[in-house]
Amino acid sequence: MIRFDGVTKQYPGGTVAVDDLTFTAPTGKITVLVGPSGCGKTTSLRMINRMIEPTKGTISLDGQDTSRMNEADLRRGIGYVIQHAGLFPHRTVLDNVGTVPRLLGWDKKKIAERSRELLSRVGLAPELADRYPSQLSGGQQQRVGVARALAADPPVMLMDEPFSAVDPVVREQLQDAFLELQGELGKTIVFVTHDIDEAIKLGDQVAVLRVGGILAQISDPAYLLAHPVDDFVADFVGKDRGYRSLQFQPTPRLPLASERTVVVGETVDGIGAPWVLVVDDQHRPLGWVEPSRLSGAVAPEDLHRGGTVARASGSLRGALDAALSSPSRRGVIVDDSGELVGTVRAHQVLELIESADRPDEDLADSFAEAGSDGRREDSS
Amino acid sequence: MTWVNDHWGDIFTLARSHVWLAGIPLVLGLLIALPLGWAARRWSRLYPVLISASGLLYTIPSLALFVLMPIILGTKVLDPVNVVVAMTVYTVALLVRTVADGLSSVPDHVLQAARAMGYRGFRRFFGVELPLAVPVIAAGLRVAAVSNVSIVSVASLIGVAQLGNLLTDGYDRFITAEIVAGIVACVVLALVFDGLILLGQRLLTPWLRVRGAAGARS
Repeated sequence: MIRFDGVTKQYPGGTVAVDDLTFTAPTGKITVLVGPSGCGKTTSLRMINRMIEPTKGTISLDGQDTSRMNEADLRRGIGYVIQHAGLFPHRTVLDNVGTVPRLLGWDKKKIAERSRELLSRVGLAPELADRYPSQLSGGQQQRVGVARALAADPPVMLMDEPFSAVDPVVREQLQDAFLELQGELGKTIVFVTHDIDEAIKLGDQVAVLRVGGILAQISDPAYLLAHPVDDFVADFVGKDRGYRSLQFQPTPRLPLASERTVVVGETVDGIGAPWVLVVDDQHRPLGWVEPSRLSGAVAPEDLHRGGTVARASGSLRGALDAALSSPSRRGVIVDDSGELVGTVRAHQVLELIESADRPDEDLADSFAEAGSDGRREDSS
Repeated sequence: MTWVNDHWGDIFTLARSHVWLAGIPLVLGLLIALPLGWAARRWSRLYPVLISASGLLYTIPSLALFVLMPIILGTKVLDPVNVVVAMTVYTVALLVRTVADGLSSVPDHVLQAARAMGYRGFRRFFGVELPLAVPVIAAGLRVAAVSNVSIVSVASLIGVAQLGNLLTDGYDRFITAEIVAGIVACVVLALVFDGLILLGQRLLTPWLRVRGAAGARS
């Protein structure tokens, strides 16, 4: 558990970067600090491993005041990932990953073993081990950055916009891989981003900071979207927050209609419906076709691929999006193995949304207790 | 050419002492410039002071410095140590700036990462900063090497023997071949120094020679 207690950072010129910040980052959870530039989020992060010293207040790690700890020891016990990965260009991937174990004086063989294990853990091929960072793509470098931070198995990880320098597709892959990894490791993570979507996707708890380093609100993402405390937070979480909050609402049982399908390669002649769903031989949906415009066997290039596919176990947001994006207006729903289970129409999803409760105080996540005033919470 | 053929032995002897007189100061100068350059980078107020001071040192005429050395050091007039010390001064003058600039060329995010990992003091300097500054420092070292080879020849005027003797002696005795041999030998020596430093740089920076290294960095 990381606890900020009345932490203030004022620079010699008088600028206040962080103002009387109090919050707790619970053990094993991801706490995201989000806000516009100048809100002191990076400064707050760097005060945790004392790259920056606070002017006032205390930061404690599992109850221990960090200002009394040896700086280098403290840092070696905290994983740190930064925007451009900050890899050492003169060291191979393997040596980069082994940095902290080497500083801690581990045995060479153990370092190499541990580094290789971590590379596979973050999804990098073993043959990349002997490359230099400049030979990797941005996404691969970022994965090495995460592996390096994890090397000595620190209980705490600090991540400063780690995924913002890569393109959106890679970013999403990295985010998913990161969540999966966190699911296995359960580190105490403080994550900084300026991207509210990323904050909402990754955070167990989201702290919104305003310019001048003032905490505007801290709560779980669903509650944040449903109950922003003021105009600043409301503006910051965005105009389509109503739609986005759907992603935290698990789908109740959807009223699925069975869908007439053809397997790719078969003919659609004689089918009267305006749109027909095409599946592969394992009954996984591929796309829609208009039988009236086709004759003979359906080829992959005939498919209309505009529709998204939602999982029955996913969120209401996914189900609604599948319906809205489908050319037939029927949203394609699959099970967890990707097999078609049926289709759903937008108005049916909307009915479910209307009958569901908005997240309210009672549903606010357990670790945001006493966080409803947005400023303070008691440690549990 | 007959002069050269008759004097191979002399040329080699002079070349050998030329190598020592230019080479030892290069190594010593680098060793002194490293902490000074580090200090210039570490304390930003020191940077202009050290850079101007070292620039000023380089403007002292070499002959003057050679002549002054026995007075400052208390050495004998013909002692080659005078030349070594004077050449070291010139090398330091050239390299302080190079070292400081080389250290500033290390990307900030790499330094941040090093700090955050718990690197400190000497280990950070020798493990991260210095290796990454090698390309810039090597470039400065090549300039200093060529400059040393050329300036050392002036030492003939104070009686310390090296390839410069071929120039003064050839001039005194109107032997053109000897002058030409002296010039060629100096050029060859400068090229050898340059080549060795380049080789050393390549051995120390394997990461700069890997396939696809250019542009892949974000």
